[in-house]
Amino acid sequence: MDVSTMTIREAREKMEAGELTSEALVKSCLERIKADNDDLHIMLSVDEQALEQARKIDERRAAGESLGPLAGIPVALKDNLLVEGWEVTAAAQVLEGHISSYDATVVSRLKKAGAILIGRTNMDDAAMGSSTETSHYGPTKNPWDRTKVPGGSSGGSAAAVAAGFVPVALGSDTGGSVRQPASLCGVVGLKPTYGRVSRYGLIALASSLDQIGPLTRTVEDAATVLEVIEGRDEHDATSVELSNTTVPELLEKDLTGMTLGLPKEYFIEGMDPEVKKAVMEAVAELEHAGAKIVDVSLPHAEYALAAYYIIMPAEASSNLGRFDGLRYGYHSSGKDLQDTYSRSRGEGFGTEVKRRIMLGSYTLSAGYYDAYYRKALKVRSLIKKDFDEALKTVDAIVTPTSPSVAWGIGEKFNDPLTMYLSDIYTISANLATVPALSIPCGFSDGLPIGLQIMGKPFDEHTLLRIGAVYQQKTDWHTKTPA
Amino acid sequence: MSLSNEEIRHIAKLARLHINEEEIEDYREKLGSILEYVEKLQELNTDDVPELQHAADVSNVLREDEIQGCESAVRKRAIDNFSNREGDLLKVQAVFEDRTE
Repeated sequence: MDVSTMTIREAREKMEAGELTSEALVKSCLERIKADNDDLHIMLSVDEQALEQARKIDERRAAGESLGPLAGIPVALKDNLLVEGWEVTAAAQVLEGHISSYDATVVSRLKKAGAILIGRTNMDDAAMGSSTETSHYGPTKNPWDRTKVPGGSSGGSAAAVAAGFVPVALGSDTGGSVRQPASLCGVVGLKPTYGRVSRYGLIALASSLDQIGPLTRTVEDAATVLEVIEGRDEHDATSVELSNTTVPELLEKDLTGMTLGLPKEYFIEGMDPEVKKAVMEAVAELEHAGAKIVDVSLPHAEYALAAYYIIMPAEASSNLGRFDGLRYGYHSSGKDLQDTYSRSRGEGFGTEVKRRIMLGSYTLSAGYYDAYYRKALKVRSLIKKDFDEALKTVDAIVTPTSPSVAWGIGEKFNDPLTMYLSDIYTISANLATVPALSIPCGFSDGLPIGLQIMGKPFDEHTLLRIGAVYQQKTDWHTKTPA
Repeated sequence: MSLSNEEIRHIAKLARLHINEEEIEDYREKLGSILEYVEKLQELNTDDVPELQHAADVSNVLREDEIQGCESAVRKRAIDNFSNREGDLLKVQAVFEDRTE
């Protein structure tokens, strides 16, 4: 029995049937991590207590207790999610050695559902990056080709699932940081609607864009995890009370009666022809499953990246103001308090983080606020309106997740603008606050390609249904790296 | 769009970031290319467009302002993360200079 490719559903069924214990499952995950993590550099730490937790779940199961939907399932967490008593660094030197004093809401919900928290995954420094190369602890390698990046910023979480370390990991997505690495690593990644999942206990990057989402092998598993972590939380005022949710009847229907839109602005120059081919084949598959395919227009698509690179650094520079070198994190003493602030921050933050703090401080500063920040918020309205209009005529919008497959480690590292362009298809969903799913849809030269499906706010159900039907008809998601 | 050395120093001061003189050129180059790219937004006429101020469709979410306290273990962990302390208090350098004039 190969547990390294097992889905949550399979593991749960085997545990319920008494054919597998959580202890055996967790042990196998830990062995795989031990054997391959030195090279892949996916996990920043592994929790020694995981096996003990697994044994406890097995005992409770043996005693006939009613257990949660993730009972005994190993889960890895991006290193920007707080687990009480664990170190949490956001892969940033500025937080090295910091111990979380409380659980993030998603973490307490995972624990309540019986999940076994395995450890922390690598990421870009403070979630700023698209390749996991800016991590203070060094890059993660893509399990499909160890000379390539896994994408980012949740590169460790995507690679952990692709490498068979865990069946599920959580990531966070501000401009594509769950979906783009999911695409580059050949796994499923979901960015929920803004407000669906509580951000309490997530180290904030840009508060109006951030959402936590699952990375899994199947769409069905993503739905299972979403159901556990979603919903209103009094600690996050932007989280929303949900009336219904996602999982039931997912697998029962085809796509008859559904209309999917292809935005013409996304299928332009710059896209890898192999990516385009795989995406169009996936679209044909969805049409074959009963969906009607039409063209839609998102006229302001070409302005999304520019608006994002004003709004995100502006919010990030404000959020990172809390790193003062005093209450927590990296500390460097100066001659007075101001000097201590600027030394602690100047030494503790990495290059890309400082670049974005500078950018955000500039666009928010007196004399520039209107020209940059206010302008970007107006353009954000236009982008959201584009989605509102298009989604009046279609049930979901289908695009590539990333314009290219995984690139070489180091290739784009010193050219921030080129790096930013790798997120060109994912950032609009964050600006428009809509949900978006990435699923594997093919390969180019042995590297995975991702299909992105974006939908109406709080209509994750439709995205998951489309993704689940696609996975019933194809086997891309069952492929594993050699 | 390019920034002067003086502007780079000014932004670094606003952001409370210590930067070295030799880093200034790199900031000028990299920030300049990003600012040049985002200039693109000026092509759009947005005179009558409202700003998107709330990502969630909710505002003014209120609750009673009550002291809730926290568990002692949580409190202890928060205090243990302080860079410098005296007892349970965060110890910092003087905020205001000692001036008698």
